[in-house]
Amino acid sequence: MKLTYEPVIGLEIHGELLTNSKMFCSCSADYASAPEPNVNICPVCTGLPGALPVANKKATELAALVGLALNCSINKHNTFARKNYFYPDLPKGYQISQYELPIAERGWMDVTSPLTPLLLGEGLGAREQLRVRVRRVHIEEDTAKLSHEKNYALVDFNRAGVPLLEIVSEPDMRTVEAALDYTTKIRAILRYLGVNSGDMEKGVLRFEANVSVRPVGSEELRTRTEIKNLNSFRALTRAAQYEIERQIKIYEAGGEVIQETLGWDDARGVTTSQRSKEDAHDYRYFPEPDLPPLKLSDAWIDSIRKRLPELPEAKTSRFISDFGLTPSEARFLTSELSLANYFEAVLSKSKSSAKAVHSWIAGELMRTLNESNLSIDELTLSPESFAKLIDMTTNKIISGNSAKVVFNEMVKAGGDPEQIVKEKNLAQVSDENLIQEIVTKILDDNPSEIEKYHAGKETLLQWFVGQAARATKGKADPALTKELMLKGLEERRK
Amino acid sequence: MNHLTIQELRQLLITKQISSVELTRATLQRIREADAKVQSYVTVTDELALEQAKRADERIAKNENVTPLTGIPFAMKDCISTRGVRTTCSSKILESYIPQYDATVTNKLNDAGAVLVGKTNMDEFGMGSSTENSAFPATKNPWDLTRVPGGSSGGSAAALSANLATFAIGEDTGGSVRQPASFCGVTGIKPTYGRVSRYGLISLVSSFDSIGPFARDAYDCATVLEHIAGHDEKDSTTYQSPVPNYTSTINKPVKGMKLGIPKEYFVAGMDAGVESAIQEAIRQYEKLGMEIHEVSLPHTKYGLPVYYLLLFAEASSNLARFDGTRFGLSVSENAKDAIDIYLQTRRAGFGDEVKRRMMLGAYALSAGYYDAYYLKAQKVRTLLRRDFESAFASCDVLLAPISPTTAFKIGEKTDDPLEMYLSDIYTVATNPAGVPALALPCGFSKDMPVGLQLIGKHLDEATLFQVGHAYQQVTDWHKKLPPL
Repeated sequence: MKLTYEPVIGLEIHGELLTNSKMFCSCSADYASAPEPNVNICPVCTGLPGALPVANKKATELAALVGLALNCSINKHNTFARKNYFYPDLPKGYQISQYELPIAERGWMDVTSPLTPLLLGEGLGAREQLRVRVRRVHIEEDTAKLSHEKNYALVDFNRAGVPLLEIVSEPDMRTVEAALDYTTKIRAILRYLGVNSGDMEKGVLRFEANVSVRPVGSEELRTRTEIKNLNSFRALTRAAQYEIERQIKIYEAGGEVIQETLGWDDARGVTTSQRSKEDAHDYRYFPEPDLPPLKLSDAWIDSIRKRLPELPEAKTSRFISDFGLTPSEARFLTSELSLANYFEAVLSKSKSSAKAVHSWIAGELMRTLNESNLSIDELTLSPESFAKLIDMTTNKIISGNSAKVVFNEMVKAGGDPEQIVKEKNLAQVSDENLIQEIVTKILDDNPSEIEKYHAGKETLLQWFVGQAARATKGKADPALTKELMLKGLEERRK
Repeated sequence: MNHLTIQELRQLLITKQISSVELTRATLQRIREADAKVQSYVTVTDELALEQAKRADERIAKNENVTPLTGIPFAMKDCISTRGVRTTCSSKILESYIPQYDATVTNKLNDAGAVLVGKTNMDEFGMGSSTENSAFPATKNPWDLTRVPGGSSGGSAAALSANLATFAIGEDTGGSVRQPASFCGVTGIKPTYGRVSRYGLISLVSSFDSIGPFARDAYDCATVLEHIAGHDEKDSTTYQSPVPNYTSTINKPVKGMKLGIPKEYFVAGMDAGVESAIQEAIRQYEKLGMEIHEVSLPHTKYGLPVYYLLLFAEASSNLARFDGTRFGLSVSENAKDAIDIYLQTRRAGFGDEVKRRMMLGAYALSAGYYDAYYLKAQKVRTLLRRDFESAFASCDVLLAPISPTTAFKIGEKTDDPLEMYLSDIYTVATNPAGVPALALPCGFSKDMPVGLQLIGKHLDEATLFQVGHAYQQVTDWHKKLPPL
């Protein structure tokens, strides 16, 4: 009988922490906006003889915040360690990291996944909720940036010593989708906490996947490979998928997977061997003697816990239960904290339903942001004005079409929606007598169309309504127009 | 005036009987005359020294911010960074390295108005006990030029002993201040670990290294330590607690205080002349009214292996940054890649003893050996610390020998590293324990100086100075000058 395999996936997420200064010195951590190489440097981050590290308090706070958000226990006594290896991007010849006692351990994150062992592309069936254990969260420092030239390489130390967070999961994921959901959720949390911009194109967040496969039903952990430097969700899913299939093929052919570190060649869509187990570094970890252990009090941990905002999962549940949104509407709105905040700000100023506000945000607002390539934070449209506009449509003061015109005007030039409606003479005509007059005139003018309608071409109703809209330049209340038009057509049937 | 104390010179300076420029010139002159024989300095900073002396004189003239160190010439061990003045650690790999920044200690001495006359020779990166493991010529003992001055701060001790500076800054990782102080007949202190900032000190063993001064007597040592100690936000391992005014309590009588004699330090192997000088000092303390108690430091025998194991491990990592890419020596002939530059640079730049210790350290930290070596040593380190804690439960200060012998002959132990390591047997346990120790001259054996050490409680340097000063009030070993 042919064996069915299931993947076993563990993930490491490396994210830069958004601090002003570097992890162990007071140099600016903002290497991305440095005007030229090697300007944000000092004896500490270039590893000059005699320079000593001093731990960045802010980075410690942010790391603890992430630990708590991922349901970890915070180690009240945690230590830095030296990871020793030689490379030109590592000025001290060791990286200061955390090893035996990281700042946070033993957390979890709930993800959804297709029922195992379905693989990517087959996962349209039932889904399951899965709890992925977070093994540890620890702090370390980034390396310098190397630029390789033909016969030499240049080193830019602006990035050296920038604080990094490493989040390590247990090998608890059994599908590529689960891995994707896990990383997506953690990215959203990091952004919610304001600890990382999540800007993967800029390399502030990178993934590493540990992958092995085993026969379904087996509990063994087979030899795994480690795919390094995955810098997009697409790279993660493609690389993991490729590696799963590669390993299955090896076992099917009666071979053995060898433990190695792999790279991902995005252009060719293959994993490539970088280092085998035999060549693996012995990092000779030992406690960093230049830094005393970080001792965190219960009071300090509580003060960090108090800073935890409502996280995406909780917010989604609240949007569903409090506002009557569907899960997918709620998930859309909570995908970004700024979007969720904007939604709530508009809703709080508006008398319209949450659904109406959602549909405006998901529709017109998103279209505008995408077209103008703006983020929600750059939007000048105030929640008050937006709410007023939505309410004007709900109350039929203006038509939907007119509202879009007003919306575009507000996004472009700001201003009060009522004012714009007045200036552009866009107020909706809801006066029944006035609309009746127009309806009667249109019916009187088009006897042959009425005949066709009565003969069964009922789609002509829309044409009649359209004539009325044209006569009023779109200001006539469309629902009322339609109602009166229908009534008139029926009356003339006799 | 080169042989005078800080206290005496200070009086002459503030009463304008001499100027700092005159004093500095005299020191530089003395260096020119005598240092050809002693070879204690690696770099003499003539111009800078005269400039600093001039500024010190201006401060004194205006009576602005005058400290006891203003205008006083000093020497600095060449492992402490001095901006614009090369800092070599007596290694080829740093032979031409000029730091861009000052160590905290350098800054503090600058602020106090002290005058740097030069950087002193040492065992390469502090690895040695004789100042023979140097990329520069070995320093000679001023008492007998055929003998070593001790190490690793041998240059600083010899410079002070030969009157080539009024005080000298050393650094003690396992006896590197005390043993040369003893060999050269001067006073020196290894302060509590974390009392003096290590920022800018080129690390040997991050968790042992303690910067401390050599001076003509305990009083002068106290004066210098007051100026260089204290919390430093650039060194997270420094203590927050304020620095006491050591000289204000130094004259308190020692009568009734308890002096502990650790029995494990008085065993076979000590030279008879050394032992009798130490015993005489104990009797002297008895006469001063101190209560003498025998105490036990039961884990003393593990001091040497624990010390060396942790030293090798930390040093192997601390020395990784010397890779020829950013500063210092860089050898890249036909280099295939960056790692090749590292290998060539380190092969050419480090001496044998440094290479030996780095290899041993990398081994001790490697996978599969870490628990048996590094971790075990750290556990025994805790026991060493507890030994001292329990001894101090019953006494105020401990008295012990510094070295089983007086200064040995140049070349005598260079071929036998293990024999060289054993010469540190009485000094190494204090560093893993972090406690302070003051070295005092206490006599001679066959015309060579003998020293003793007073070991104190954590952060209790005040008591060491008090007890050391009391002894120097009734003896004059510290006033003896070498026949140079």
